[in-house]
Amino acid sequence: MSTIERLKPRSERGALPPQLGLRVAILGSFALVMFAIVFFRLWYLQVLTGEQYVQQAKVNDQRNLPLPAPRGEILDRTGNPIVSTRITNAVQVTPSELPPAGPRRTALYRRLGRLLHMRVKRIEELVIAGHTAVPYAPVTIKTDAGRAVMTVLAERQNEYPGVSQQPVPIRAYRYGDLAAQALGYVGQVGKTQLKLKAFRGVSQGTVVGQNGIEYYYDRYLRGKPGVARVQVNAEGRPEPTSLPPTEPIAGHSIRLTLDLGLQREGEKALREGIERAQAAGKPANAGAYTVLDPRNGQVLAMGSYPGFDPNVFAKPLTEAQYKQLVGSASESGPLADKATEGAYPTGSTFKPITAMAALEEGVITPTEGLGAGQCISVSTEQFCNAGKADYGAVGLVEALKVSSDTYFFETGEFANSHGPIIQRMAHRLGVGEPTGIDLPSEFPGVVPDPRWRAQRDREELRCERVKHVKSCGYVAEVRPWSVGDNMQLAVGQGDLLTDPLQMAVAYSTLANAYTHQGEGWVVRPHLGLEIDDSSGGLVQTLPAPRMRRVRLDYGDLSLVMEGLHEAASQPGGTSADVWAGWDQAQHPVFGKTGTAQHLGKEDQSWYMCYIPDPARPIVIAVTVEQGGFGAETAAPIARLLASRWFGKAEKFVAGSSKTR
Amino acid sequence: MSQATLSPIEISASHASAATAPRAGTLRLPLDPLLTLATVGLGVCSVVTLGAATRNLVPSQPHYYVDRQILYLIVGFVAMLVLARVDYSRLRPLKYPIYGALMVSIFAVLALGHSANGAKRAINFPFFSFQASELGKVLLILALSAFLADRRRLGGLGTTARTIGAAALPAVFVVIQPDLGSGLVYMVVAWMTLFIAGAPWRHVAGLAGLAVAAILAVLVIAPAAGVHVMNSYQEERLTAFLHPSANPQKQGYQQLESKIAIGSGQKTGRGADATQTRLNFLPEHHTDFVFAALGEQYGFVGAALVLSLYALLIWRALRVLTMARDSYGALVAAGVVAMLMFQVFVNVGMAVGIMPITGVTLPLMSYGGSSVMTTLLAVGLLQSIYFQARAADSQKGPTFRY
Repeated sequence: MSTIERLKPRSERGALPPQLGLRVAILGSFALVMFAIVFFRLWYLQVLTGEQYVQQAKVNDQRNLPLPAPRGEILDRTGNPIVSTRITNAVQVTPSELPPAGPRRTALYRRLGRLLHMRVKRIEELVIAGHTAVPYAPVTIKTDAGRAVMTVLAERQNEYPGVSQQPVPIRAYRYGDLAAQALGYVGQVGKTQLKLKAFRGVSQGTVVGQNGIEYYYDRYLRGKPGVARVQVNAEGRPEPTSLPPTEPIAGHSIRLTLDLGLQREGEKALREGIERAQAAGKPANAGAYTVLDPRNGQVLAMGSYPGFDPNVFAKPLTEAQYKQLVGSASESGPLADKATEGAYPTGSTFKPITAMAALEEGVITPTEGLGAGQCISVSTEQFCNAGKADYGAVGLVEALKVSSDTYFFETGEFANSHGPIIQRMAHRLGVGEPTGIDLPSEFPGVVPDPRWRAQRDREELRCERVKHVKSCGYVAEVRPWSVGDNMQLAVGQGDLLTDPLQMAVAYSTLANAYTHQGEGWVVRPHLGLEIDDSSGGLVQTLPAPRMRRVRLDYGDLSLVMEGLHEAASQPGGTSADVWAGWDQAQHPVFGKTGTAQHLGKEDQSWYMCYIPDPARPIVIAVTVEQGGFGAETAAPIARLLASRWFGKAEKFVAGSSKTR
Repeated sequence: MSQATLSPIEISASHASAATAPRAGTLRLPLDPLLTLATVGLGVCSVVTLGAATRNLVPSQPHYYVDRQILYLIVGFVAMLVLARVDYSRLRPLKYPIYGALMVSIFAVLALGHSANGAKRAINFPFFSFQASELGKVLLILALSAFLADRRRLGGLGTTARTIGAAALPAVFVVIQPDLGSGLVYMVVAWMTLFIAGAPWRHVAGLAGLAVAAILAVLVIAPAAGVHVMNSYQEERLTAFLHPSANPQKQGYQQLESKIAIGSGQKTGRGADATQTRLNFLPEHHTDFVFAALGEQYGFVGAALVLSLYALLIWRALRVLTMARDSYGALVAAGVVAMLMFQVFVNVGMAVGIMPITGVTLPLMSYGGSSVMTTLLAVGLLQSIYFQARAADSQKGPTFRY
């Protein structure tokens, strides 16, 4: 008997049949269970995990356009801005607002091309490329188009539909090529850079420091870019909704140790020295200088010639421009900082180091007369003074004063049997190892010794074997360390390679030890002084702790310093005539000329000096490639720098000493 | 049909004459108030939801869809009121014409149908595209209920087989349109009518087992054996809900987007910021996925309100089923309950990602004339059953109360 049949008796109705009741109850319960499941699922989706879906929805419908953060300023030690951020206009095209493709759009492109001095085809390419890359964003056609363009576009808006102007920050290097290598430049972050730890959190397209201070302190300078948000529909087209943008946070400023006045003087003096050398018929193609505060390693001025204008990096560079800046393998271009990355022998400016080593190890005594004659012969080789001069057998102080090569050749010859004592002293004072300066790269230097020589020989042989070539250029010839190598090192020649910065550090170490009874220290040269916020408040100071302590015998050191002082002040001293008229009583000069020889090239001019002062002592290092004798080109540049620093009359006085 | 039917005029007359009778109050409302409330409430929710969700669908015509939906709802509501006053028992003798109309309309669609998205589901009229498979749901309910109510030997295997067969015939032609959702509704309606009519448990269970076996065969065993009964896209669409993240670009996309839209609504909804549906990230957000549009705009609160209205609707429908004056009325009510429950749970289930995408509309909420009209006609039938039962009660005394 079925339910229906029981439902069907005459009256058609009766009490709910039990079986129908059961089945309806089952149906009702099923509905209840289903509602419970759906409710729980909704609760789970919307309340428990809703936030996750809000994020996914944002990924779907929001596109973020970065708003560049104004980069922090770079200031000199007294707060004068050297590098700042300038707001300029970028001409942009919004593809969706352009007239339809055809004669009207072409006419607009033609007008725009005339205004911006761009080819129509170029504009077309840029618009298409930009629109394909980011469909919802306006395409930048030209940056820094100038005030005239800005006015035209603003006044005749209706003639340029779809063309707009956007203020964008660009980097402004106020003094052009001033300290360009140290400051560095900026550019869009590269693909490989994005993977570096230093650029963690930087998004593609951000302008970051690419070299120098801009690179090294980028994380302070770059700030935090803001975000403009665009809402897009499922096809990726922008929708007219106003989502609040996140404003960019300006980067911090950095205050450098550089003194703007001294830096400008340095650039000028270096250029003057080079021009004079060129006028005298020397190639004088490059040069560099470094001025340190010997007490703490603050870099007061540092420059390299030839320079470049970092402003060129604000706009796209041509291939040829870039190649010219980088230079070739044989000759580095203007981008290379010759003060920190140059690799030079130093000539006689190395002699104080040799002297300190020999005195400390007892190889020589200060009064012992050495270096008699024009030349020193060792086995078949002849080691001669410049210009075959004969200073006779002289003591240490006199040898430094007149820069007797034969004296130091002999010292080097004696020292060789005591092991690498000159090399050890060089390393102790700071030559031949990284100085720790706050720049992205520096040349570590080479102070050759027997082990170095053996290693280079091995590398050369291995390379020749692998590559099947005659010479790989690691060494001129494969041969063991010889006494001649040590003799060459003693006068700053041979395989010695260093740069003005390392030499300035070494002279600073001598100066520190000299002013503290032999208890000296090696400074860590640095350019960064402190980080300020955009309104000038101090954020943090940048500490530059000393590298290490150095104890020197005060008696020996005093003699070396006496030699240096006499060289710069006494008649017959190599740079005495350069300092003619200088108040040696007030500011005694401890200076050493150097003339480094290069095969097939004009000599490289060097000058190192230390000028004590209770408040503002300085160490100056100057070198000019192919600039001739040290006294001739480098020393006068140093004098100009010193004059500026101590407020003396600035005078270019070329020295006459023809010594190395 | 021994019971004489009462025309509305007679009712009002008896109402007037029973003014002094103690049960006069029971006839004061000719409609089930809660059922009507649920219906109107869902219609309002539909208009409110579609208002924002379809603003961007037709360029420069933000009210295109919502205006039409309002029109469909009003026409449907009037049709419901009319049907409520008609004694449903008059339809009982018309079982063969009704079934014939069902088959003719389905064939007409196959022959004359307008092809959209590669499917022929509707015949286009000037203001209206008629989706025969939707109206067919109501026609099938009426025809099957009459078959079963008139059947003497209900416990027989033959009755069960014939009922299923009568539903399977239109279902097959609907599925090849293809409109899998409506085809499934037909089968569920047939099964539920049998269940309520009192078919033996072993038949009911056997049919359920058969359904599971058929699903397994079509979706799992046949593809494994290299035979594809359905198009691969249909197959993938049906199984995608099991692993929605595996293929977010294709079949999984719709369901993932639906979950994003609903989930991002959180507790109280995103209101005007309901971008996922408004900006068309979720296709079909005005038809099959209108629940996602609702969930995104009004959050858990809104979705829960609408679900409560459906619960109210289904509860009242079950109540009408139990109070029906005759077995035909009970079976028609059972068919309507089956249709509503299946569509609500499958549609909401697919929107929240726990059921496969089968192309079933959400009754009253989804945009579309055929769907809205069909649902309102079904509700009209429920109202008629309710009214007739009340009328009988007031004359013969109470029978049972839910």
